[in-house]
Amino acid sequence: MLDREQVHKVAHLARLELTPAEEEQFTTQLGSILDYFEQLNELDTGDVPPTTRAIDVSNVVRVDALQPYPAREAILDGAPDRDGEFFKVPQIMGGE
Amino acid sequence: MTTTATKTQYEAVIGLETHCQLSTETKIFSNSSTAFGADPNTNIDPVCMGLPGTLPVLNQKVLEYAVKAGLALNCQIAPYSKFDRKQYFYPDLPKNYQISQYDLPIAEHGWLEIELDGEDGAPVRKRIGITRLHMEEDAGKLVHGGSDRLSGSTFSLVDYNRAGVPLIEIVSEPDLRSGAEAAEYARELRRIVRYLGVSDGNMQEGSLRCDVNISIRPVGTEQFGTKVEIKNMNSFNAIERAINYEIERQTAALEAGDRLVQETRLWEEGAQRTISMRVKEGSSDYRYFPEPDLGPIEVSAEQLAAWKGELPELPAAKRHRYEEDLGLSPYDARVLTDDRAMAEYFEATLAAGAPAKPAANWLMGDISGYLNNEKKTLADLPLTPASLAEMIGLIESNTISTKIGKDILPELLTQGGSAKMLVEKKGLIQISDPAVIETAIAKVLEAHPAELEKYRSGKKNMLGFFVGQVMKQTGGRADPKLTNQLLTKQLDG
Repeated sequence: MLDREQVHKVAHLARLELTPAEEEQFTTQLGSILDYFEQLNELDTGDVPPTTRAIDVSNVVRVDALQPYPAREAILDGAPDRDGEFFKVPQIMGGE
Repeated sequence: MTTTATKTQYEAVIGLETHCQLSTETKIFSNSSTAFGADPNTNIDPVCMGLPGTLPVLNQKVLEYAVKAGLALNCQIAPYSKFDRKQYFYPDLPKNYQISQYDLPIAEHGWLEIELDGEDGAPVRKRIGITRLHMEEDAGKLVHGGSDRLSGSTFSLVDYNRAGVPLIEIVSEPDLRSGAEAAEYARELRRIVRYLGVSDGNMQEGSLRCDVNISIRPVGTEQFGTKVEIKNMNSFNAIERAINYEIERQTAALEAGDRLVQETRLWEEGAQRTISMRVKEGSSDYRYFPEPDLGPIEVSAEQLAAWKGELPELPAAKRHRYEEDLGLSPYDARVLTDDRAMAEYFEATLAAGAPAKPAANWLMGDISGYLNNEKKTLADLPLTPASLAEMIGLIESNTISTKIGKDILPELLTQGGSAKMLVEKKGLIQISDPAVIETAIAKVLEAHPAELEKYRSGKKNMLGFFVGQVMKQTGGRADPKLTNQLLTKQLDG
């Protein structure tokens, strides 16, 4: 069973600020989703090879050919903040 | 410090994690350039920036290079491999996750061989295990507040040119025991990727970055001590010194009864020490999951065989062959095989008929000296391996002396052309006719009666003077050995 402590930790890892009420609510909601998946465990999958994907396609690759993206300015402008040619972000750790 | 019989001896247990930038034209999942040194954020696109609605597609060169590196490191190539998302929050990652490989890396279970100098000059060879090799994308670069040391700065500037640049990460087994071994492992790794042409291995530009994991334990015990990670070494010497520093620091701590903490430390090149780095709590919980935007990779047996067939002879194999088949010293073999271009030039010289030892000497001595002084590479050299072999042949057949060889080398190095024709044009063919040399000797003796007197009254070391005079007389062309013989006979006779 999922507990509130785990929800708190996952929220911290995802940098989400949750109110105590939200933590309570998500513990219930995420718990019922996990319960639903738990039902799948009732199936015997001993003979089924593990899969990492739903679509059976592999080796999708492209040639190593240069094609610079023309709208660099648009990408820079799309950021919340920029400083000339740089993206500007809040300082993460104190000091260095 | 005195060591007593009861004192505990410690040994270091060292493993390396190496990130190596692959020499592709474009990024791992998008078509932007990987060129180093571009203006900030010029090599960016919606895919490497992780904008909504974009789809990454694997660069086929990245797969080829990673598999070739895996093969060269004697790894097993995974028949089925996939990419995963590694989540962490730091502004060097535009997507808040890095596309990497977690539980199904492209290559595993390999090894490489390092060769170090033994005490008696005999080579000491050691196999270092390779745990795994996987493909991943590089992150961007942070510039702190316009100035690295501006305290109180509230923002960082980010350059994403490097985000999405293809890397292979190579993890070694904890088989290394000293700074020297670790540095040599890193050098060998660089040699291998350079031989393969999959990376330039340039440490200054960050194409090759090594993180070190190190712990110490009492000799004879199996259990590992507390592991410390060291980062921020940007030369092989720095790797060696950082490890040696850390071995001393950890040994001193244990001897003083202190407890070591598991941490990441930074090598400070200026102060020649490691310092503790604060690490954010919980940052190691990466919540990996399979990358849904990229399909799995299945390298077919045919493809694998084709790539295997394209591998060049690798440095370790060349060293063995040079030592065992060509009879070169381990030192010579190591110097010649350090760089693939040098090894190939050497081999081409042998193929043109030169014996191994003189060819090695010329290449490692005068020619390397010239290249170093002039900051040139073998590729710039007008002198061809065939012409070098021709010159060596002229010396071996006594047509010219080694001295004349050295005299004409600068012209061959800068102008190229045939050594034989140059020797003929300049009239430098060695004089091996005793009658001609005797004539020259007679002239010299006649011109220097006082010196002759001295010699005959016992100053035998005047011989050198007379040899020099005969050489002068013959424009340096007299066969030195024959000149010595004939002179001694004349002087003493």
